[in-house]
Amino acid sequence: MSLLEVKDLSIHFGGVKAVQNVSFSIDSGIVYSVIGPNGAGKTTLFNLITGVYTPTSGEIRLDGEIIQGKSPDELARRGMARTFQNLQICMNMSAIENVMVGAHLRLDRNLFKAMLRLPALKRRDEALREEAAGLMEFVGLGEYVGARADAMSYGALKRLEIARALAMKPRLIFLDEPAAGLNPKETQEVDHLVRKVADSGITVVLVEHDMKMVMNLSDRILVLDYGRRLAEGTGQEVRANPDVIAAYLGTHA
Amino acid sequence: MNKRIYYGLYGLIVILLVLPFVVPNNFYLDLAVRMAINAIIVIGLNLLIGFAGQISLGHAGFLGIGAYASAVLPMHFGWHPVTAMLTGALASALLAALVAKPIFKLKGHYLAMATLGLGIIINIALRNEAQWTGGPDGMPVMPMALFGFEIGSDRQWYWVVAALLVLTVWGSLNLIDSPFGRALRALHGSEVASQVVGVNVARYKVSIFVLSAFSASIMGSISAHYIGFISPNFADFFHSIELVTMVVIGGMASVYGSIVGAVLLTALPQALATFEGWETVAFGAILMLCMIFMPRGLVPTLAARFSKGDDK
Repeated sequence: MSLLEVKDLSIHFGGVKAVQNVSFSIDSGIVYSVIGPNGAGKTTLFNLITGVYTPTSGEIRLDGEIIQGKSPDELARRGMARTFQNLQICMNMSAIENVMVGAHLRLDRNLFKAMLRLPALKRRDEALREEAAGLMEFVGLGEYVGARADAMSYGALKRLEIARALAMKPRLIFLDEPAAGLNPKETQEVDHLVRKVADSGITVVLVEHDMKMVMNLSDRILVLDYGRRLAEGTGQEVRANPDVIAAYLGTHA
Repeated sequence: MNKRIYYGLYGLIVILLVLPFVVPNNFYLDLAVRMAINAIIVIGLNLLIGFAGQISLGHAGFLGIGAYASAVLPMHFGWHPVTAMLTGALASALLAALVAKPIFKLKGHYLAMATLGLGIIINIALRNEAQWTGGPDGMPVMPMALFGFEIGSDRQWYWVVAALLVLTVWGSLNLIDSPFGRALRALHGSEVASQVVGVNVARYKVSIFVLSAFSASIMGSISAHYIGFISPNFADFFHSIELVTMVVIGGMASVYGSIVGAVLLTALPQALATFEGWETVAFGAILMLCMIFMPRGLVPTLAARFSKGDDK
């Protein structure tokens, strides 16, 4: 059984059919990429699967359980993590606290224990701080452990989002354009980072425009165009597909 | 983590211990008690506004519920003042919980309007139920007694509110630097990001609103007993605005800022009283200047100035 199964998924915003009858399935442990021209519905698809939007029709199953319509925090409980194309960093917090908040569900969140500063809670928090520092090291942000989030560069913040997602100890991670806006060197570093994440046993779903990175990392690729599924398969299959070439390069009249 | 944040608490304890022995007369002691009461309310409100990023323009309503519970229940029903105070606080918390769920679906101006409406409704109820509350004329409040010992003098009240202030500051500092507090600040920073890491945003907004309403209600009760008389003006819109102004002037998301804001705005009208008729203008001008030159509030602005180079 696949880890994630999507069947006939659609969402309409008024008359705009942003995603139409899209089906695919993702096996555990692979890197699965979603590509397509701008406006193809890639981020909308992410928002549907991670519970930010509720689909108009269709079905999403995680481990066989139907999950569409569940809220993002319920999906987080089931091991789903994500990053955002347009950064969603809490600028009112320090960098490391942004990572620590990713471990929210693994902590004792009781209000009264917190106000009394119970030692057990405090010790757990100290341990988490170390763990978060380790994660920042892992994504290459070791030098920012003591920094404020609003003092970091765009490229660093992109990785901070990945560290926060990893702090959830997810089974499945959705990365929405992790390399967008980065220079070639940074892009390559993110490429290595995604590989490391996948190697640690987390299933990765990637939206990315950098084709070199997509071809290099992906086990399978889904191509969207105008909200529809255009093609699906391995990198080579997709590259050879005439519909895909037409969508990206255009056709002769 | 940052142990230095607690240094301010030690400083506060020292000031509170020394203060009653250095104030020249009871006028200043009375001022200190009112400052401390406001500080506790404003800290609770700042958890909601500054840390969680929500707004309440009706908080004086909860003060009113607490104050009138402490006035009406002992007077008309012979309740013990402590039971009355706790009943008022629970009623405030319950009301806050009931309205919070629908209200916090709103954002920005709409949320401000809804909380404003809540405060006004409470105020109207207090004004109209004249057979219980004395209506617009207000009513006297019976003295507070603990274990058969009556708290009456300014000095006794001073120690009570000073202890409560220290506890409130300690509890709030603890809360902010905890998993609960981080979730609260995260939903302020980015609601969608906090949701996808598993924060049940609605529950956290409700919790902090209930907590701040509970705290306001207790302090409303204490104010009522302290002053010995209560009128609906205590629960009106202008008092709500005054409390929010204290949060903003002192500094959003700053516990110590809340104290500074409460102290300054409680003292300012007294200090400006010599301007005779012009004090409201001076008051407004000072607030405007504060907002233009220190939009983040006094304490965060000054803290940033002194810790430059500390941050990366």
